[in-house]
Amino acid sequence: MIGLEHYLTVAAALFVIGIFGIFVNRKNVIIILMSIELMLLAVNINLVAFSSFLGDLVGQVFTLFVLTVAAAEAAIGLAILVCFFRNRGTIAVEDVNVMKG
Amino acid sequence: MGFADFAFYMFAVVVVTSGLLVVVSKNPVHSVLWLILAFLSSAGLFILLGAEFVAMLLVIVYVGAVAVLFLFVVMMLDVDFAELRGELAKFVPLAGLIGVILLMELALVFGAWQSTANVADLRDAVTPALSETQNTAALGQLIYTKYIYLFQAAGLILLVAMIGAIVLTLRHRTDIKRQNIVDQIMRDPAEAMELKDVKPGQGL
Repeated sequence: MIGLEHYLTVAAALFVIGIFGIFVNRKNVIIILMSIELMLLAVNINLVAFSSFLGDLVGQVFTLFVLTVAAAEAAIGLAILVCFFRNRGTIAVEDVNVMKG
Repeated sequence: MGFADFAFYMFAVVVVTSGLLVVVSKNPVHSVLWLILAFLSSAGLFILLGAEFVAMLLVIVYVGAVAVLFLFVVMMLDVDFAELRGELAKFVPLAGLIGVILLMELALVFGAWQSTANVADLRDAVTPALSETQNTAALGQLIYTKYIYLFQAAGLILLVAMIGAIVLTLRHRTDIKRQNIVDQIMRDPAEAMELKDVKPGQGL
């Protein structure tokens, strides 16, 4: 029988993979953004698993808001990336400090 | 092992494997495709948990919009990804160390964790029985009544994100011809044409 612990294990593994991805691809902003999406997905799996096993719908409502914020974050992040690429011709993260005013 | 158990293990393995391939694959386009597979499989996990609405939202919003946005940007930007990945191996030990430490911390939390005795009384919105209300209808009844202000705030966040993305990426190019509608509307016969009285046999 699949219990809450199984889902929490999957979510923990996915979250750790997201962290690992951020540190492994330190130069590639696109992969870093994708890793952040993976971490948010792990959080969503946690929320929905608790919501389902405790019989409380608020977890799923919260998942909707996490999804909203994640979509907004991806849109803004990619817009900044496109803007940065137009100005610099590269997306290497170590050059990002030129954006300081 | 029942069908639901088998489906869980299949989806779980696919989610974790494709998540790992997102961060280690050489080509970012492949990364995006693995990300789409991870989203689809976790939508399967959500369906197994009885959260159909969130599962469909994940498929429509994430696979349909966010992942395709990533794909657009990856393909639109002409980036030399081989150069960016050149020092990948350098960071693997540090990243692996951080990952293992975090995993051990999560395992420690996992071993010590338990629900309180009165967890059933602390529920804020008890899930109605499936025979009464479906998941989507129950969520709607909750979002549009109790969480209506949060729902509208979420809409505001999306509006701000949309305007922000447009403002950031809009540029007015001066090196191309473009239609000026005001000029076209303000044009009148008096300045657009001139009547010449041509005498017979003389020409202009």
